[in-house]
Amino acid sequence: MKLGFSKAEEDFRAECADWLTGQMAGEFSDIKGIATLTAKAERRKEWEQQLAAHKWSCIGWPTEWGGRGASLAEQVIFAEEYARAGVPGRVNHIGIELAGPTILTFGTDEQKKRFLPDIAAGKTIFCQGFSEPNAGSDLASVRTKARLEGGKWVVNGQKIWTSLAHISDWIFVIARSEEGTKGPKGLTFLMMPIDQPGIEIRGIKQINGDAEFNETFFTDATCAEDSLIGAPGEGWRIAMGLLAFERGVSTLGQQMGFRNELDEIIAAAKANGSANDPLIRQRIAKAEIGLHLMRYGALRMLSNTDHSKVDGAALTYKIQWASWRRSLGELGMDVLGQAGEVTDNPDYDWGTLPNLFLYSRSDTIYGGTNQIQRNLIAERALGMPREPRGDT
Amino acid sequence: MDFSFTDEQRMIAETAQSFFAENATSKRTREAMATDGFDRETWQSFCQELGLGGIIIPEEYGGAGLGNVELAIIAEAAGAQVAALPLLNLAISSAMIAAGGTEAQKQKWLPRLISGEVIGAAAGNDTVKYDGHKLNGSFEFVPHGNVTDIFVLAHPDQAWIVEKGAPGLSVETATTMDQTRPLSTVILDNVEGEPFADFLPAMHASQSAAWLCLAAEALGGAQACLDRTVEYSKERVQFGRAIGSFQAYKHRAADMMIEIEQARSAVYWAACAVDEGSDDVKLALHAAKAFCSDTFFKCAGDMIQLHGGIGFTWEHDAHLFFKRARSIQTLLLDGNWHREQVATMILGEAA
Repeated sequence: MKLGFSKAEEDFRAECADWLTGQMAGEFSDIKGIATLTAKAERRKEWEQQLAAHKWSCIGWPTEWGGRGASLAEQVIFAEEYARAGVPGRVNHIGIELAGPTILTFGTDEQKKRFLPDIAAGKTIFCQGFSEPNAGSDLASVRTKARLEGGKWVVNGQKIWTSLAHISDWIFVIARSEEGTKGPKGLTFLMMPIDQPGIEIRGIKQINGDAEFNETFFTDATCAEDSLIGAPGEGWRIAMGLLAFERGVSTLGQQMGFRNELDEIIAAAKANGSANDPLIRQRIAKAEIGLHLMRYGALRMLSNTDHSKVDGAALTYKIQWASWRRSLGELGMDVLGQAGEVTDNPDYDWGTLPNLFLYSRSDTIYGGTNQIQRNLIAERALGMPREPRGDT
Repeated sequence: MDFSFTDEQRMIAETAQSFFAENATSKRTREAMATDGFDRETWQSFCQELGLGGIIIPEEYGGAGLGNVELAIIAEAAGAQVAALPLLNLAISSAMIAAGGTEAQKQKWLPRLISGEVIGAAAGNDTVKYDGHKLNGSFEFVPHGNVTDIFVLAHPDQAWIVEKGAPGLSVETATTMDQTRPLSTVILDNVEGEPFADFLPAMHASQSAAWLCLAAEALGGAQACLDRTVEYSKERVQFGRAIGSFQAYKHRAADMMIEIEQARSAVYWAACAVDEGSDDVKLALHAAKAFCSDTFFKCAGDMIQLHGGIGFTWEHDAHLFFKRARSIQTLLLDGNWHREQVATMILGEAA
């Protein structure tokens, strides 16, 4: 067990930091520090391509697909320096973190050749079509239908909460391809081009005024017959494999974003004097401790190379960070006091802390609500008996 | 960077876990609780057969010469059994002597502490008066002071060794809520202390050994509370179902696990930080002590609640965990104090 980094790794850190801060001070200074996922989307696509041009786009991928085959430590370092430099989140994070690894693991050679270089190059932006109006926490009850017709998949139905669909090029969906099936059986995992008449996207305005999520409607939308991952009917297995990639190295970059948010709270508390309030001091200390424990929890999770059994500890990670961040949002507002209730921006566009307060209510919902996470932890990590299911 | 146990560390963990499970049984612990809170039989086996008493002490003084990760592994395993052992005492007193004792003190005491021949305890405060090396005053709440042979007593600018039976020394032990670790008052009336060679390193060593040991013990205890509760939830049937199938129940168990996994990160972060001399070692130790003791207390309280009536009985072991958890919360400064140290690091002193 060792936490420190080697000299070579620290040199690598300096190289990452140099390049990233240079970019944020130079050509891409206009996107530095953007906190929302939607602002300046076109410039951020250019940023994806800039990353790719310098081989920083997906360093953990194998070199043949545009990566560097970077070690775990190097990926950790890059993720940390990325966020530390104030670089905004990846608009193609679904492509890099989810679609890419899924294709790499489950795709055919032909699919790898077709998709991976373009994802790595920032030319193909992916979004995820899993949830439906009646398939949220109960994801397996999706109703969107897919049928093979004239050498194409034809898809009808509706997806919801599709993050960034409006700026994406491709969407992967799970759809019911076998008539009369229920639950996880009979689902197929398809990759579909978004720019086609059969796909319509409508933004969903959120409580913070932003519209990162969308409704996505499929009306005889099509994709090529070989556009599925795995075999027809194997969609659930692929989808679950994909979700496991969510707990990857990117979590560490996300944490550096949290670091910036906590630092803003600390600065606000010092500025307005609430840093002298013993209760606020306790809460800031708790938040600080929680953030460090998140980092070391992630490092434990990433250091665990025994994939033969369920990593119970890893199952606790999502609810841990989501709950921590929601509390951080509340702490931010308590530090700001009434000043947090008003903004002079007429477009309902909030500063970091009020926006965090509002946005973080979604953290404990998307990607599996806190309640679903507790079920997963209890049933999969602790082996407690399943709740008897209602008949669906 | 590799935040997972090495094969050797995994082996030590397995050895320690099975040792404490086999030896520090509920029966033996309860026998100790009925007398002086010291399970001598297990302690002798631990020190002599297992030979892991001096885990962080250099081999030249009879120790194992290993690191704080290994110390945490041992303390975690002992905590899982609420073992009635002076493990904390050994860790602190031996670490202090090794770090700041005179060569003669090291040679005289370390091998004997590690072999279990003598029991040590450490205590510190800023109220004890000293004139030369004559000590006057008292130290309260000294863990296992009732069975201690040598006391390492510290003032903010010096430390001494005082042996049991020294003229003017008396030890009073009241009934302690956690009977697995009785707390004593050590009273000094012009007692001759044998001074340390180098006080500061001893103080630093005492903090890391103490806070890490308590945090690890709390982690082991919290995990045991969860494990035992989950087992019970699978067996106990109400409304025609195992109670562990109810979400109201399993969500509480999940919440315990969420805290415990953070506590585990805290303990081994702190252990690595001490071993590697990291810049954030103080932050890590405060975080570990505060977080793990709160986690243990939450889990022990939940253990009682989730066992229902049986969890409130003397016969069930839940109260052993509950009382140990409460004791750890205040031992060597409480969570609010540790968090205030963290707050001071990031916010500065409160105005």
